[in-house]
Amino acid sequence: MTDQASARTSAYNEGVIRLLVIATMFWGVAAFLVGVLIALQLAYPVFNLDLEWFSFGRVRPLHTSGAIFGFGGNALIATSFYVVQRTGRTTLFGGETLAGFVFVGYQLFLVMAGVGYLLGITQGREYAEPEWYVDLWLTLVWVVYLLVFLGTLMKRKEPHIYVANWFFLAFIVTVAMLHIVNALALPVSWTGTKSYSLFSGVQDALTQWWYGHNAVGFFLTAGFLGIMYYFIPKQAERPVYSYRLSVIHFWSIIFLYIWAGPHHLFYTSLPDWAQTVGMTFSVMLWMPSWGGMINGIMTLSGAWDKLRTDPVLRFLVVSVAFYGMSTFEGPLMSVKPVNALSHWTDWTVGHTHSGALGWVAFVSFGAVYFLVPKLWRRARLYSERLVSVHFWIATIGIVLYITAMWVSGILQGLMWRAYDSLGFLQYAFIETVEAMHPFYVIRALGGVLFLIGSLVMVYNLIRTARGDVREEAGAPAVAPGMNPAE
Amino acid sequence: METLQAIAEALRPFWGLWLMGLFLAIVAWALWPKRKAEMEQHARIPLRDDDGEM
Repeated sequence: MTDQASARTSAYNEGVIRLLVIATMFWGVAAFLVGVLIALQLAYPVFNLDLEWFSFGRVRPLHTSGAIFGFGGNALIATSFYVVQRTGRTTLFGGETLAGFVFVGYQLFLVMAGVGYLLGITQGREYAEPEWYVDLWLTLVWVVYLLVFLGTLMKRKEPHIYVANWFFLAFIVTVAMLHIVNALALPVSWTGTKSYSLFSGVQDALTQWWYGHNAVGFFLTAGFLGIMYYFIPKQAERPVYSYRLSVIHFWSIIFLYIWAGPHHLFYTSLPDWAQTVGMTFSVMLWMPSWGGMINGIMTLSGAWDKLRTDPVLRFLVVSVAFYGMSTFEGPLMSVKPVNALSHWTDWTVGHTHSGALGWVAFVSFGAVYFLVPKLWRRARLYSERLVSVHFWIATIGIVLYITAMWVSGILQGLMWRAYDSLGFLQYAFIETVEAMHPFYVIRALGGVLFLIGSLVMVYNLIRTARGDVREEAGAPAVAPGMNPAE
Repeated sequence: METLQAIAEALRPFWGLWLMGLFLAIVAWALWPKRKAEMEQHARIPLRDDDGEM
């Protein structure tokens, strides 16, 4: 390949990654929008529209699946395909065809799942709501995804497998295992949508939370750590702070995370020893949490000034700060007496969102801002200033969201457990609901800000893809030989 | 074969210990001073991946 050709076209398979990036932003905006809707439903029940299809119980899984699997999943597939090619210096195994099947198949999974929720078709398992036929389809798509990723690793030209790929591989393999076991079910008939789980009672509950918590650990943590370990060094143009720490970070997550699930089942019929195992391993997760955070943030050591000038890097680094914060909060909430206060309250919802918005979404935004100019062969983003605007709107939105949920959750927990002098419960349930109303309004406002930020991003990305460049003071000069409006 | 089975059964209750041992071995492997330069090279892999460099 001549130098000139290599500057204009890439030897890597990037068509499918472009589609995955578009899907990431589509599902992201959709999930944020639906999130705002259900936040408003909690503050103002009129938003249920008196229609069964738009009732909170059906729309909430649409929001969670849209955010986790639609936005997060597409971001992970896109970045893993990009990173494994670049760091392996080879093209995708099976080329655009097999990867294209993963793309189409995965979108089909999302649509089938989402339509089902609105029609009331659900297994009722958190983050695993799709019914048996959707589960089977996802299994096929996921195995092909694993095949593409593993095949690409096997034909790599770089002798060492870069650590980001270890995290991606752990994510793909573990999610396959979790999904297959938790989705084991017997359909009532081959033509109907209803099925029954193979598990029952407390075994069923433990299987579900073994799945649920490790979905957080391996989908929302390990996968996005793969993004962190590639995109922060790239954007900062420096190697990761400590490669040795990254190895220890990886293996401590692998060894510890899988045991933490029982912390979702404190004070239930789950045997006490199993609850204590769950608590102990959750607390030990502080180690990989802070090890990883230090590794990500310290990558900027000696180049902190870039945080001031590079808003994309700011997204990536602040995401790691949120990772550290929410994975500090998580083990804390897994301590049984703390959980006795926090469980079932909005504190949990706030915790989830400091992880989902602050960590998962911010690191994905950073990666997408990095990827779009590369994938569409543009010298730079349309506007760095709009990235900065997005950053601040979204950050304020998150802060409103999680502070409202902290206050609301702790208030709720304290009200539920308050007794009067005669030993009666002091508050009726409806009184706790009334007390939470102002915080629900603030939460919805935070969600609206986050949604607006994502729309600013979409506008910026579309202009970037079209080749427009906004004149901005202090913007890096366009590299010679690269026509911005190519 | 039967001896192996007996050994496996004797060791099984101590899974926590040997997993811990395995993890400590990985930590020692990663921190071994001789491996420092090699590890630093690995960290540079993403910085050497520009277009056309395959």
